[in-house]
Amino acid sequence: MGGQGGRAWVFGDDIDTDTLAPGLYLKRPIDELARHCLEAVDPGFAAGVQPGDVVVAGRNFGMGSSREQAVEALRHLGVDAVVAESFAGIFYRNAFNLGLLALICPGVGRIGGGDRVAVDGEAGVVRNLSTGETWACEPVPAHLMDMVRDGGLVPHLEKRLAARR
Amino acid sequence: MGMTLAEKIIARAAGRDSVRPGEIVTCKVDLAMMHDSGGPRRVKPILERLGAGVWDPQKVVVVSDHFVPAVDAESAAILDLTRKWTAAHGIGNFYDMQGICHVVLPERGHLKPGMFVVGGDSHSPTGGAFGCFMFGVGATDMAGVLVTGETWIRVPETIRLDWRGRLGRGVSAKDMMLATCARLGMDGGDYQAVQYTGEAIATLAMSERMTLCNMAAELGAQTGIIAPDRVTADFIAAAGGEAGDIDRWQGDADAACRSVHEFDADTLDPQVAAPHSPANAAPVAAYGNVAFDQAYIGACTGAKLDDLHMAAAVLKGRQVAKGVRLLVAPASTRITAEAAADGTLATLTAAGALMLPSGCGACAGLGAGVLAEGERCISSTARNFKGRMGAQSAEVYLASPYTVAAAAVAGRIADPREFLDGGG
Repeated sequence: MGGQGGRAWVFGDDIDTDTLAPGLYLKRPIDELARHCLEAVDPGFAAGVQPGDVVVAGRNFGMGSSREQAVEALRHLGVDAVVAESFAGIFYRNAFNLGLLALICPGVGRIGGGDRVAVDGEAGVVRNLSTGETWACEPVPAHLMDMVRDGGLVPHLEKRLAARR
Repeated sequence: MGMTLAEKIIARAAGRDSVRPGEIVTCKVDLAMMHDSGGPRRVKPILERLGAGVWDPQKVVVVSDHFVPAVDAESAAILDLTRKWTAAHGIGNFYDMQGICHVVLPERGHLKPGMFVVGGDSHSPTGGAFGCFMFGVGATDMAGVLVTGETWIRVPETIRLDWRGRLGRGVSAKDMMLATCARLGMDGGDYQAVQYTGEAIATLAMSERMTLCNMAAELGAQTGIIAPDRVTADFIAAAGGEAGDIDRWQGDADAACRSVHEFDADTLDPQVAAPHSPANAAPVAAYGNVAFDQAYIGACTGAKLDDLHMAAAVLKGRQVAKGVRLLVAPASTRITAEAAADGTLATLTAAGALMLPSGCGACAGLGAGVLAEGERCISSTARNFKGRMGAQSAEVYLASPYTVAAAAVAGRIADPREFLDGGG
């Protein structure tokens, strides 16, 4: 998520978890499931997305099921950050638990597909490097930023448990 | 200022006298429920990595419902892992292939007003029908609960949905929720607590209240909740549980809500939601001649005993239309037994229904009854997202069990009231 930014993959409102992690592949290994991530709305996404690319979406991203494979598939494909107008609540929790930065960023729907986008989670700023536009995101609760810095809830708990021992 | 019911439960679980919306607090979890898909197979590697066990096996309920019964080597392996993990961790409350978790949990007396409950499934708000604060989490969140017995929560505001009047004949809780989704939208709940109030709610049976809270998920709410009353207490007692002090778990009259939305049950017509969103709902009369390949009565939302009774009321003495297949998957094995005992199953099968195992099945695109490309289904389930029930180009319409049964008989969308005794 450095100065070069990543390519923006832009989606609309109400992207559901069946689209992110289709039920037909839920019992398959994550590498196979991830190949079908978002294929219903963009068949080229899974094959084309590169590590460091950014998913940009409208309202209510990740609505539907609690399956965290919806987040895991994005992480598996190298996505570190999703910026959206708003998130579904369970997806939002799952994202931080798996070390995916989820930033609520009103107006971000104006970003164009293929633009270069840089996300600064600590500052809460999204920059469109292709157009020069910037957006301020809603602040992330401190305990969730701690979790993302640790790489997710499991490494975060590992630290906590180690400190106790 | 007083507190809402949701705030009172969260305050108690957080060990606080009071909480306010927006605060982030850590709560002790009274009960954690998970299933075979998001449960043991996902939390096992996390607990192993952490070298940790389950904080309190008595407070964990595991239900196998997603991959049941096994149909291939993969689903068999998932169920095998589920059984071995629950045994290894001393989880006594393991319901293996006995129905869908959201229905089994209250059916076996695990829910009691005032409890703070997490469930590893998005339809976990169903438990709110019993005056619990119950919400869905993903597997890593669940693993955190299993290790620590705690979880964090941002105290939600309460959004009240106030239903006046009484539902008419052939109209059900499912219709109430489809109409609500159409009015408020798929994020109208904004991850807050949706509380159902009013005369129409007071007159509903527990299974119908469960349908309301279940589909709070479709509003994007964190949970749905209904204050407990005598109906709640009677259900819990019959299930072998203890309702406790239901007077304690009521919201204060002066508690602040974010908003109150008023609805009229008297004038509500049967609803149908067109593909691919529950929010695409409209009264049944708004549809023209929409024909179906399949009618599906199943899932936590639409296959409880009352749901089967609704379907049977329409199907009694009638036959499923030629070219339509009617599939019925009762929500639990106990419901199947009750429906067998009271003659409901005979009515359904005489009409031509094919009975399927009790489980999540085709609702989640996992079990028997998934759709081929281009097929069209009408379903009593909760979600009709593109591709969810099988092929990407399949279309799913959502409706009540009454309306699904009417469509099975007519072969197209039809008003169920024309098929009920004294109707037409």
